[in-house]
Amino acid sequence: MAGISFREVRHTYRPPRGKPVLALEGVSLDVPDREFLALLGPSGCGKSTLLYLLGGFIPVEGGAITVGGKPVDGPSPDRGIVFQHFALFPWKTVRENILYGLEKQGMAKPEREKRAQEFVELVHLKGFEDSYPSQLSGGMRQRVAIARTLAVEPEILLMDEPFGALDAQTRALMHEELLAIMRRAPKTVVFVTHDVREAVYLADRVAVMSARPGRIKEIVDTKFKSNARGEELLQTREFADKVDHLWKLVRDEAIRAQGTRE
Amino acid sequence: MSGAAALEADTGRTAARPLAQRLVGALWRALPVIVVCIAWQLAPTIGVINPDALPPLSAVVTAWWGLMTDGSLVSNGMTSLYEVVVGLGLSIIVGVGSGVLMAWYAPVEAIVSPLMKSLYPMPKSALIPVMILWFGLGPNSKIASIFAGCLLPVVLSSYNGARGVDQTLIWSALGLGASRRRVLWEVVIPAALPEIMAGIRNALAISFILMVAAEFLVGQHGIGYLISFLGDGGVYDAMFAGVLTVSAFGFLADRVYLLFMNRMLRWRE
Repeated sequence: MAGISFREVRHTYRPPRGKPVLALEGVSLDVPDREFLALLGPSGCGKSTLLYLLGGFIPVEGGAITVGGKPVDGPSPDRGIVFQHFALFPWKTVRENILYGLEKQGMAKPEREKRAQEFVELVHLKGFEDSYPSQLSGGMRQRVAIARTLAVEPEILLMDEPFGALDAQTRALMHEELLAIMRRAPKTVVFVTHDVREAVYLADRVAVMSARPGRIKEIVDTKFKSNARGEELLQTREFADKVDHLWKLVRDEAIRAQGTRE
Repeated sequence: MSGAAALEADTGRTAARPLAQRLVGALWRALPVIVVCIAWQLAPTIGVINPDALPPLSAVVTAWWGLMTDGSLVSNGMTSLYEVVVGLGLSIIVGVGSGVLMAWYAPVEAIVSPLMKSLYPMPKSALIPVMILWFGLGPNSKIASIFAGCLLPVVLSSYNGARGVDQTLIWSALGLGASRRRVLWEVVIPAALPEIMAGIRNALAISFILMVAAEFLVGQHGIGYLISFLGDGGVYDAMFAGVLTVSAFGFLADRVYLLFMNRMLRWRE
């Protein structure tokens, strides 16, 4: 079981110079097992920070975060993360990047070679196994990062604006690929984005965050009754209405965020 | 695909460039050096410059051949090479280790950083007499001088490189199950390698300066000693041969290092 629970989480950002900033306050949220949840909010609202807290990369200082009932205490391969700028090891080839986590799991060599190849193929990078990240396009790099994270079979997938650095066409393709992968092997996903359409399209539910200090402002169900998929879904009235509703919520917060900046 | 095709077409054109044309290109690039060589030969011969101050190039080349055949250039060169390899090698081991640890562990930084900052403005050649006092007149004082002079650029580049490592790279490794200690070896050091290797390249240049300077002061062996010995004895054509040899040596070392560096960092864009 990989349900996630945030209880009254608060976090203060302490820059090396300057005053501490209250980044998150009173964040409570439950993500049931195998739900795809999008965290949507204006930039600077603390949505990435919330994801890093869940990842165990920064310590929880107020409130509690539990996964499957157990408090988060440092990073774990059970919670795989994909970053906006890919965070691939540039000195490793595609294959070596994917192998890294498998080595850390202590998987035997023939088995991990086989697994790495499976995941290369899953993300359609056959033929690029021996390329370095610098030789790949942005979309390909992000596919490597996704393969590297999924190869260790985490129960939870954390995604920090994973398609934010890609062009619109590549992003649309990556949406389809991500959904296809999730249909094959469903996981609990927490997906941070500031793109309303992306959130509505991918997620089962969208949690809208307020401007700093970040709180959960509203949670919107984004499962669709329509059987339409892909491009067709984007044309439906239902989809447009959800986007419209969420857009207004986010816009208000974005305006507030502008106002509170110096 | 079209990009790759264009690239291929481009390299194809370069390869197809006629040999004659490439030779002319190489000649053009070498032209300034050739002009200087001709001037060097002519100026003392026709009396524009006193041949005692600058012996003609042909005399220098003859003297160089003499030093090569009597073995003095080789044996002194080996001494100098040994000092550089040991001094620079030690500074790399100690420098990379302490620079990376400074960036990774705050207590190490608190201790080492103020020391480094206060040593930074000091001209490293000022340490040579101190090293002679401590290590005597043998090769050890020269090795110690080279080590001391090379240490700082290696430490600083390692420190800056390790500190500049993208946080998300470290998090990715931790998230995939690596321990913090493993992350240091497997992520921080390779990620910092471009800066570390650039720092070592600076240190390589410094090591030659200090090698020659220390050998001027500690006269027993080495190419710097040979230069000063020949200069003191008034054998200027041979002295110039020594100077040319050590310059060529330094140039070659840098080129070889550059090749090695590009090979190690071939993954860069």
